[in-house]
Amino acid sequence: MLDTIILVLDSTFRLSTPLLFACLAGLFSERSGIVDIGLEGKILGAAFAAAAAAYVFQSPWIGLLAGIMVSVMLALVHGYASISQRGNQVVSGVAINFLAAGLTVLLGQAWFSQGGRTPALSPATRFESLTLPFADTLANVPVLGPIYANLISGHNILVYASFAAVPLTWWIIFRTRFGLRLRAVGENPSAADTAGLSVTLLRYRATIICGILCGFSGAYLSVAQGAGFIKDMSAGKGFIALAALIFAKWKPVNAMFTCLLFGFLDALAIRLQGQEIPGIGEVPVQVFQALPYVLTVVLLAGFIGRAIPPKASGIPYVKERT
Amino acid sequence: MGSVLCFSWGWGNAFETVYFESRNEIDAQVIDFIDQKGRATVAESNVPAIELIGVSKSFGPVQANKDIDLVVGKGSIHGIIGENGAGKSTLMSILYGFYHADSGTIKIDDKTTTIPDSKSAIAQGIGMVHQHFMLVDPFTVLENVILGAEGGALLKDGVANARRELKRLADEYDMTIDPDAVVGELPVGLQQRVEILKALYRGADILILDEPTGVLTPSEADHLFRILRVLRDQGKTVLLITHKLREIMDVTDMVSVMRRGEMVASRKTAQTSMEELAELMVGRSVLLEVDKPEVEVGKPLLKVEGLNVRDDRGVMRVKDVSFEVRAGEVLGIAGVSGNGQSELLAALSGITRAESGKMELSGETLDLSAAHNAAEMRTKGMSHVPEDRHRMGLVNKFAEYENSILGYHREPKYSKGMFLNKDAIRKEAKERIEKYDIRPPTTEMTAAKFSGGNQQKIVLAREIECNPDVLLIGQPTRGVDIGAIEYIHNRIMDMRAQGKAVLLVSVELEEIRSLSDRIIVMFDGNVVGERGPEATEQDLGLLMAGVNQEAAE
Repeated sequence: MLDTIILVLDSTFRLSTPLLFACLAGLFSERSGIVDIGLEGKILGAAFAAAAAAYVFQSPWIGLLAGIMVSVMLALVHGYASISQRGNQVVSGVAINFLAAGLTVLLGQAWFSQGGRTPALSPATRFESLTLPFADTLANVPVLGPIYANLISGHNILVYASFAAVPLTWWIIFRTRFGLRLRAVGENPSAADTAGLSVTLLRYRATIICGILCGFSGAYLSVAQGAGFIKDMSAGKGFIALAALIFAKWKPVNAMFTCLLFGFLDALAIRLQGQEIPGIGEVPVQVFQALPYVLTVVLLAGFIGRAIPPKASGIPYVKERT
Repeated sequence: MGSVLCFSWGWGNAFETVYFESRNEIDAQVIDFIDQKGRATVAESNVPAIELIGVSKSFGPVQANKDIDLVVGKGSIHGIIGENGAGKSTLMSILYGFYHADSGTIKIDDKTTTIPDSKSAIAQGIGMVHQHFMLVDPFTVLENVILGAEGGALLKDGVANARRELKRLADEYDMTIDPDAVVGELPVGLQQRVEILKALYRGADILILDEPTGVLTPSEADHLFRILRVLRDQGKTVLLITHKLREIMDVTDMVSVMRRGEMVASRKTAQTSMEELAELMVGRSVLLEVDKPEVEVGKPLLKVEGLNVRDDRGVMRVKDVSFEVRAGEVLGIAGVSGNGQSELLAALSGITRAESGKMELSGETLDLSAAHNAAEMRTKGMSHVPEDRHRMGLVNKFAEYENSILGYHREPKYSKGMFLNKDAIRKEAKERIEKYDIRPPTTEMTAAKFSGGNQQKIVLAREIECNPDVLLIGQPTRGVDIGAIEYIHNRIMDMRAQGKAVLLVSVELEEIRSLSDRIIVMFDGNVVGERGPEATEQDLGLLMAGVNQEAAE
């Protein structure tokens, strides 16, 4: 029983990681007032670039870097459209999603001729699991041993990085000057402007951070969790991350728990696939896949109260009043 | 400026500035300003804090500021008064670096300077309290105050410092406030205090307040004025933008009057009066002789009782207003703009919901606190020419013929099954263009391309030709040239002759006086008095400032 629980929780961590990166990415962006529907596209673009670069240069680190670069570039496109050109942020985000979905497959086919996939990565060119100190020696200690050895230890570095990013994000948002200004432009850009701050610059910086974090998310999918890029491998994670962000009320620590919850549902879905549940029978896997969305709607509607987004999110900042 | 015009009398603490008059031909007059109280803090300074020379700014075809000259003495409270749209806010936004002047010179402390952005304004010691507060609601007072001036990359470096400084400012200026309170949960009076503290925290020597009392209760306003006097006595310069005459008389040392983008006069407050300022503000427009024949007045077609209207911010804008308009009568509502007239029109025409109040329209009683809409009011025989034709009267991007049926598009004569009968619409639009002399005579040009007067005629034609019993008409001639004004006035007189009831809202006193059979004056949401059309401009001007002389006597 304990083994099963540990197994499910272990895969919860691994499935939460890309969500968490994307959710924090969205948090930076939306806190600055830029709604980002394009998380999905950035993740996908980064996943492709990371896998391709990791294969070509035979290094997961270069893969990660390439993923981040592509994701930041897409983020800058979104920034240019929605900050400089004051365009509709949802339209721009959707466009990025389509662009990434099409371009990854097209380039993948053109470069590697494997039906849009990238060649499979060997273990050396992926982020491998790390064994934490004493994991093996402590494995035999009852209860705590397996938890440490199997649950805490044995993940790749990006998993740890995603969870380390949570307190870091909290600290940046709530404890630094940059964070204060970021929150100010997301709530009332005119206030920031009249305080002598550049709304444009602040929003671009947030957008770039969003790009970097999506880069991590994408690279994790193709170079850590998977071993190469597969068509549409982000599979809606960007959208689930957005749901998680609303669920978390745009707060980093909440975001972590929400992503863990959604990751857990995912892990459960995989675990219960094709298995009989006593009294109910076999539940279609789609039920579990739909659960994050259903939960978001249900819980937001009744249980955790209203989620109030940053007031200026989605609204381009126009300085001139006439 | 400089040594020729500014000199000291040589006795210790006297402070003197020779004041430049604007280039207005009527009021050319030089005023010298001697501070009788001789405040020690401003003793040595005979340099103006702010000097503007020939500042102009236009937005597209609209000239918001025309060749503005202004001198503001250091350590004084200087009022800028003018109606809404006179260009006061634009001028102050230029001073705060929010807009850039198209031409002209700005001098701060006698040094020519440019103010490219707010950051630079702050650096030059200018602080601004905006009409709509520039505060971040979910932030605490402290966070709002330090935003942009955090004093270090980490918040904790600056916060302790700021807390101390805030306490010092609060004590010094009698502005106590809880630094950890969330701004969005504070009453507006305290939010405004946060704005002032924000400016002072950044070391502002010149404080600009844009319509600061619009959202305040009278006692909050009094407290604000006490604070402003303290600030002045400490040597700060205060620029107070308002359209309320009483505030100017209460608190300022000097006052400059703006009208239609121009600075028309400057006065020492002690040497002027509300009457004079009201006259300068409203302006003596060309008197148009309107032919007003005797008309038999019939039964009331519109009756309003106990109307109260609250705006989006929760401020009561119309307070217990009652009146009636009879057939063949024009009732004029005078008042300085922003005293509840717009809200009154919006509530009567069904656009907004009133707090309470009843309206009797063509014999039917309606509860205005219930939801109504403009279409419903139209079917009941009420037409509405809104005050702001660009925002409410027209869709600027639509063609003339499309605009000519806005709001009436459901009528069967404009439809062909589920489609619009464009031929019929165009035909009717053409007839109206001819009848109302709309130029150029085309149905296809977009509304935006017509001149103001012709745009107004499009709206007027639409609202009059449907033959209403009651016509609500707001600012019928705002931004309209002289020829069209005459035409529009005559159309209103025609309505009166046909036995319709007309409710006319205008900030142009001359217009109100020449068209109305009765005049009621609104001030701060209240009806402060009723007069006949023979009432003098001075009398009405005082009422507009909230002073009812008749009642006082």
